[in-house]
Amino acid sequence: MLEALERIQQEALQALAEAQDAEALEAWKVAHLGRKSPLMQVFPQMGSLPPEQRPLVGRRANEVRQALEAAYAERAEALRQQALQQALESERLDITLPGRRPPRGGLHPVTQTHRRIIQIFAEMGFQVVRSREVELDEYNFQLVNIPPHHPAREMQDTFYIDHGGDGEHYPVLLRTHTTAGQIHAMRAATGYTGEGPLPADPPPLRVILPGMVYRYEQITARSEIQFTQVEGLAVGRSITFSDLKGTLTDFARSMFGPTVQTRFRASYFPFTEPSAEMDVECFLCGGKGCNVCKYTGWLEILGCGEVHPTVLRNGGYDPEKYTGFAFGMGPERITMLRHHIEDIRYFWSGDLRFLEQF
Amino acid sequence: MLIPLSWLKDFVEIDVSVEELARRLTLAGLEVEAVRYVGLPMPQGPRHEFKISGLEWPADKFVVAAIHEVRPHPNADRLVLCRLDDGEQEHIVLTGAPSLLPLKGKPLAKPFKVAYAREGARLYNGHAPGWELITLKRAKIRGVVSYSMVCSEKELGISEAMDDIIYLPDDAPVGTPLADYLGDAVFDIALTPNMARNANVLGVARETAAILGKPLRKPSLDVLAEGAPIKGQAAIQITNPDLNPRFMLGLIRDVEIGPSPFWVQMRLKLAGMRPINNIVDATNYVMLETGEPLHAFDYDVLVERAGGKPPTIITRTANPGEKLTTLDGVERTLDDFTVLVCDTAGPLSIAGVMGGEESEVTENTRNVLLEAASWNFINIRRTVQRQKIASEAGYRFSRGVHPAVAEVGLRRGLELMRQWSSGTVAKGFLDAYPKPQHDPEVLLTADDIARILGIRLGLDEIADLLTRLEFACTPEGDALRVQTPPHRLDIGEGIIGKADLAEEVARLYGYDHLPTTRIADELPPQRPNPALAREERLRDALAGLGLREVITYRLTSPEWEARLYPPDARDAAPAESDYVRLVNPIAQERRVLRRSLLASMAEVVVRNSRHSPRQALFEIAPVFLPREGDLLPREPLRLALALTGPRELPHWEGADTAPMDFYDLKGVLEALAAALHLEDVAFRPATHHALHPGKCAEMLVEGEPVGVFGELHPAVAHDLDLDAAPVLLADLDAAVLLSHVPDGHALTPISPFPPVREDLAVVVDETVPAAEVEAVIRKAGGKRLVDVRLFDVYRGEQIGAGKKSLTYHLTYQDPEKTLTDKDAAKIRKRIIKALTRELKAQLRA
Repeated sequence: MLEALERIQQEALQALAEAQDAEALEAWKVAHLGRKSPLMQVFPQMGSLPPEQRPLVGRRANEVRQALEAAYAERAEALRQQALQQALESERLDITLPGRRPPRGGLHPVTQTHRRIIQIFAEMGFQVVRSREVELDEYNFQLVNIPPHHPAREMQDTFYIDHGGDGEHYPVLLRTHTTAGQIHAMRAATGYTGEGPLPADPPPLRVILPGMVYRYEQITARSEIQFTQVEGLAVGRSITFSDLKGTLTDFARSMFGPTVQTRFRASYFPFTEPSAEMDVECFLCGGKGCNVCKYTGWLEILGCGEVHPTVLRNGGYDPEKYTGFAFGMGPERITMLRHHIEDIRYFWSGDLRFLEQF
Repeated sequence: MLIPLSWLKDFVEIDVSVEELARRLTLAGLEVEAVRYVGLPMPQGPRHEFKISGLEWPADKFVVAAIHEVRPHPNADRLVLCRLDDGEQEHIVLTGAPSLLPLKGKPLAKPFKVAYAREGARLYNGHAPGWELITLKRAKIRGVVSYSMVCSEKELGISEAMDDIIYLPDDAPVGTPLADYLGDAVFDIALTPNMARNANVLGVARETAAILGKPLRKPSLDVLAEGAPIKGQAAIQITNPDLNPRFMLGLIRDVEIGPSPFWVQMRLKLAGMRPINNIVDATNYVMLETGEPLHAFDYDVLVERAGGKPPTIITRTANPGEKLTTLDGVERTLDDFTVLVCDTAGPLSIAGVMGGEESEVTENTRNVLLEAASWNFINIRRTVQRQKIASEAGYRFSRGVHPAVAEVGLRRGLELMRQWSSGTVAKGFLDAYPKPQHDPEVLLTADDIARILGIRLGLDEIADLLTRLEFACTPEGDALRVQTPPHRLDIGEGIIGKADLAEEVARLYGYDHLPTTRIADELPPQRPNPALAREERLRDALAGLGLREVITYRLTSPEWEARLYPPDARDAAPAESDYVRLVNPIAQERRVLRRSLLASMAEVVVRNSRHSPRQALFEIAPVFLPREGDLLPREPLRLALALTGPRELPHWEGADTAPMDFYDLKGVLEALAAALHLEDVAFRPATHHALHPGKCAEMLVEGEPVGVFGELHPAVAHDLDLDAAPVLLADLDAAVLLSHVPDGHALTPISPFPPVREDLAVVVDETVPAAEVEAVIRKAGGKRLVDVRLFDVYRGEQIGAGKKSLTYHLTYQDPEKTLTDKDAAKIRKRIIKALTRELKAQLRA
């Protein structure tokens, strides 16, 4: 009996080595561990053995069964591994084939630049105020210290609206700058209506005025009839030109790089005094000179200044007690510098070949 | 404004380089746009802060030389050979200068001093148009060796004159480097309106002196007057002192009209003016130098017009329809506000802008009456704009010239005319000054400067800076009494004057030397801005859904917007008068503000269709709707969407490249509503002129209409050449849409109990809208019906004509227990019952 068990084990293991796939393995299991297998036939025969042999044969038979089961498990695992390897091998992709791209949307580059600018100033406590695009001459010019026939009007060629007017003066126009919103923003804060005494103790103000403005220009690679501006205005009891320099230098470093240098040049705007232009060291060449900065090392970025006393007063702030600064910049110009865009006409063209590059 | 360096040096010592001076002027607000080098050394290296042009004359290549003899050329009639001394040796130089040709072989009374370029010099080609640089090389010209040149102005880059060589003054020292003798640099300065006082050499010199901390050497105002007094030889009558605050006259007799001195002509040319004769040149020279435009009349013409009597000069506004022929030969009809300088016989010139033809100085003029006046700048500005005259005088007077400058100009003008024309100046002037200019006095404290600039300066420091610009500063307690000098019109009174003076202090102190600080002032109250926040969410959501933001022109034409109407329905399009219209459009197609975003969107789609087959676009922008009885239009914020082209771009493993249709756009709107957490979104059939009547819907949020969308009307599409694929457009009121965006929304708890999913197919009449079926299902399904998804619509024989089968995935779930089969069956039964009852639906097996 014991010899028979030895044989059974021998033959089974031999057969197992020949099983090359899951099917053969299953057949082997039926043949060698199934109910009708020679091994399983041994157990019912145990009763016919002499009692003293029974424990011995019984133990041995169980040992053989465990051995075969272990061998089966091992073989099965080996075959699974083998099959997995084959599968992995055969499923190898050409990963250089193009992927399935979902359509990609995106924001207009000018929107993106606006957001960056607005976010930087938001961190400094400036909040966005928007105002209308069709404006009264009063708000666009007169209240910001540009009376009729002021030479500064020539700096800004204006589209006038056909609504009233005598052929020389027109009361309604397309705003030429976001400065038109300064009076609205100040009056909203002070409650001043333009008449009567100035409010006694109006709150300070820090606002950002973004939006579309219009100029009477020919449309060329360098000039447009509509473009956006972002204007800033801070009014308080002690807001100085030095604060202006500091705030705008902080802005320039957030916007263009932590080490860029700024330069302030004296300039002129009717609504600020003193007035300045801020240049930023060319962020493309680091000031060494390149074709973007026209080899000057500097880029003109914005105009700024201390708010003119007349403008403060028109907004409801007593210029004897309050000071402030204002600044304005062109997001398209900044976008053009950043991305080496040579033609301003791309912006409003809606051309997907342009927009999809953002 | 062109300012030659040599001229500046008449009035201020300059010990910095050309580039450094340009930089300092620019920082102080006199923006140097370009520097033109006329002989002086040019900066080297790739970086230069200013646009530069011009030609450098190296000392070893360009020198002053003398021509001692002009010999004929052996083989050419139109060329001569000059025997020339360049200070080192004699040369034979070949030239075709026409002024030398008649002198061939004749003895010269005196040597000619000329500008000589040696072999190897680089200069401009004097015989070719444009500015072509050439190098002088040794060559044989008609058998004679040539290697150097006697130069014309063009060859040296002084002016465009190339028809003759330059003759230098007789005292020009032979052998001197030309750059030392004649070299210059010209600053092109862009002046802002507040810098009008500096539209002249003296003004820029004053700024230069202040910046560099040097004294200003003003020109002498002495006049050698030896003639009979002017009094009685002419008279002045001002009728409107507001328009003509001051008018002065001087008289010079027995002038000899001729060319101006060499140096004067050089400076005029470098400053961009053409020399005419000594009298005209003197008026221009004084204008360029002092900023006071002068006008020279032929005195004898005026006497003749006055019938032989001393003329009376009258200034007055023009009479209705009055005409005058100006120096440029144009006969002009004048406006009633235009001020004229007249005599008793009629108008002589347009005041401050341009002289008349009749009384101008000619070759035959003997006696000159010289006008120096002051005009209301606003009135001159109106005149210049109306008459469209671009004159140097008009440029200055329309920006404002201080009346005190009139006297400076008149004295300088008379004296220079005397020196250059040998005339005799009449003693005294006539001076009518009915409206003296008030020069503001400002009481300025150190606190004022600190308050505005953020820097504390001592009064003495402030006084020092302002005094450099000729402000008179007198200490008065803890303040300075600052008197505006009599050449400035840009300083205000009181608090405005303080701001004006703060700028002057800052400019001279140096903007770059002021501190850089952070705002220490109180932070204003910070408030949310929900309108902006929602608009930005809308942008992000649309970009996230695969749409590209566009920003288009707000200006359009009624005709273009009318093209969004089918051709046979354009009568219904808004009329011109329904638009906000421009008075002065740049083009007919941009003459009104748009009423709708759709036409702008269509414009972009048409343009893109040439190269981009698939387009998915949106724009958020205002439109402009005039309001009855209001100067200002409404500017409601709109949202437009456009889709066209294949749903997916082709892919190597296959893609859904079918053209996008109505449901793609509707899907975007549904997804947008979900992204914005809009509640109660519904759609109903609608019509819109631009859209296909059967493929057009209105979107409602919480019962409020927010806009329409659908497929572009085929007739409109055909007209726009957009037939290739359906174009889907949406036109929504962004403000209304965003008003329904909740600030926050409550979460539905996630049930831990398993859902039951089943399908339900029902057959209904074709006319029953799918939304109605879903509404009935949802209502009947109750709270436990958590999802309804239509996944099949079938029409066919099996279900009969006029019917459609709709198949839904239904999901039932309870937040508090596991649903049993019985529970699910109950819900299903309720749904079927409701569908049968309300829509006569049949269950499809």
